[in-house]
Amino acid sequence: MTDWRPPLVLVGAWLGLLALLALTVTLAYVPLGAGNAVVSLAIGTIKAALVAAIFMELRHRGGLTLVFAGAGLFWLGILLWLGSMDFLTRT
Amino acid sequence: MSETNYLTTDYTLRSWFLTTDHKRIAILYFASLIFFFFIGGAAATAMRIELATPQADLVSSDAYNRLFTMHGIIMVWFFLIPSIPNTLGNFIVPLMIGARDLAFPRLNLMSWYIFMLGGSTTLFAIFAGGIDTGWTFYTPFSTLYSNSYVIVAAAGVFIAGFSSILTGLNFIVTIHRLRAPGLTWYRLPLFLWSLYATSVILVLATPVLAITLLLMATERFFGVGIFDPRIGGDPLLFQHLFWFYSHPAVYIMILPGMGVINELVSCFSRKQVFGYKFVAWCSLAIAAVGFLVWGHHMFVSGQSLVASLVFSFMSFIVAVPSAIKVFNWTATLHKGSIHFDAPMLYALAFIGLFTIGGLTGLFLACLAFDVHATDTYFVVAHFHYIMVGGMVTAYFGGLHYWWPKITGRLYSEYWARTAAVLIFFGFNLTFFPQFILGAEGMPRRYHVYPPEFQVWNVLSSGGAAILAVAYLMPLFYLGYSAFFGKRAPANPWDAPGLEWQTSSPPPEFNFTTQPLVTRAPYQYNEAFEAKPQNA
Repeated sequence: MTDWRPPLVLVGAWLGLLALLALTVTLAYVPLGAGNAVVSLAIGTIKAALVAAIFMELRHRGGLTLVFAGAGLFWLGILLWLGSMDFLTRT
Repeated sequence: MSETNYLTTDYTLRSWFLTTDHKRIAILYFASLIFFFFIGGAAATAMRIELATPQADLVSSDAYNRLFTMHGIIMVWFFLIPSIPNTLGNFIVPLMIGARDLAFPRLNLMSWYIFMLGGSTTLFAIFAGGIDTGWTFYTPFSTLYSNSYVIVAAAGVFIAGFSSILTGLNFIVTIHRLRAPGLTWYRLPLFLWSLYATSVILVLATPVLAITLLLMATERFFGVGIFDPRIGGDPLLFQHLFWFYSHPAVYIMILPGMGVINELVSCFSRKQVFGYKFVAWCSLAIAAVGFLVWGHHMFVSGQSLVASLVFSFMSFIVAVPSAIKVFNWTATLHKGSIHFDAPMLYALAFIGLFTIGGLTGLFLACLAFDVHATDTYFVVAHFHYIMVGGMVTAYFGGLHYWWPKITGRLYSEYWARTAAVLIFFGFNLTFFPQFILGAEGMPRRYHVYPPEFQVWNVLSSGGAAILAVAYLMPLFYLGYSAFFGKRAPANPWDAPGLEWQTSSPPPEFNFTTQPLVTRAPYQYNEAFEAKPQNA
């Protein structure tokens, strides 16, 4: 048996994700009005960034890999942009 | 046939079901897709028999709902989407780029198992009682009212989506990393540009479908307000998310077909494809712009007029690269040394049928006409001209073209040409009357209709009978060829592509020596005359 242990950064990121999850659940019960959605989305973005940077190891990658990861983000932007165009312009 | 090839290295079942050879995995996919094609086809046959008369003779309304849902789900996710990429693509991509295999062979096998798991789950839903939502799973019917096996079927599609993503990922990495020395991007056959563009869509769009189906299940099971306005949801959100995947999915289905047509038109005209770079970049343009048009499925849904105008405009834009391809194929034919072999008959049929399908798509992109034609047989005819007239025709063309490479055998040219011609006539007789039915106002998804529509429906059902026979024919003459056909030479079409530079069928690792590419693709010898005939 080797005494391999998961790198601290992975454990840290996992704990960070759990903490953010707890924060999301807690804040869902705090009446912030429209602020609830903003806070939830902000926390979600931080979680996604943690997963991309640490678990997907994008922080150690360059060039083509980042282009493809960026493409995913860009396409999500298209979905939100054209999708919200309908919701924002309905009469 | 060479001494040992990928078919003769081992004959055990284990060697097939645990293989990581892309060629064998392509055969596994091929057999699976034939199975699904005939299940989806059986549902279509039952519907066309029912529609031969105005009244309900064969099935109830409820059974009819389940038939068209089964037809749609099976044909879209378990035949059309994987058809060319996972069979012809799996087999040909490494051969075309001079590689020993795909970049991730185990992932490739895993994608087949995931596909079969998804297919089995969906088949279970179908045979346990069926689904009546239509292939689009529209809410609120799917979340609130339907008592059918919605979630099981959606789970099958959800699972199969992972297979699509893995295949797309594998193709992208393979085309980037495993090209033979000298095989620059502008020396790639256009089939690979098409598959590359398709793969980008597979990787970027399929996760959205997965999320959409999960959200649907969440609302159905837990009553979380996502799409139901009574509990804070938005009913159009489902359609936005679903079509964000499903319109690009149309290009997942047709782009590989376009890729095949490049190979066929070039080979049987003995010419380079006209405007190679335009055709190559048009594949990527279709993939990119195809993501900006999904709202044209929602013109009558209550979507805002501003959004409808933007989506209408973008739908006209996405037609431009498709039109460029059609013009360039036609220009390739101009002054070519045309050979009317079976694959070329399919290619010519594709160009005509795809053009009709594409142009009627532009009708539907017009807001005013779409209001008249939405949910009528005009829409059914339009997308079948693209999906069946285009994609399935291209699939058959590619299958005949690469058949000698895949099996090492030649097929009967006579029967192959007969089937191609019958498919063309059967297809048009089936679906052209549906344009007229739609324009006259016959709605889709009903199994009874006013008697004045019967003559067009009888023509359509008659065409479907011809089409069914024509689709069965290759099963016999290609099946015969696979076991008893004459041995195929390495390069029966005298084609310059790398896949023709190795033996037929290829050895396990494709090439005995590493190929070196020194010239552009499609450098044909015009003097070619021989036709690979078995009879």
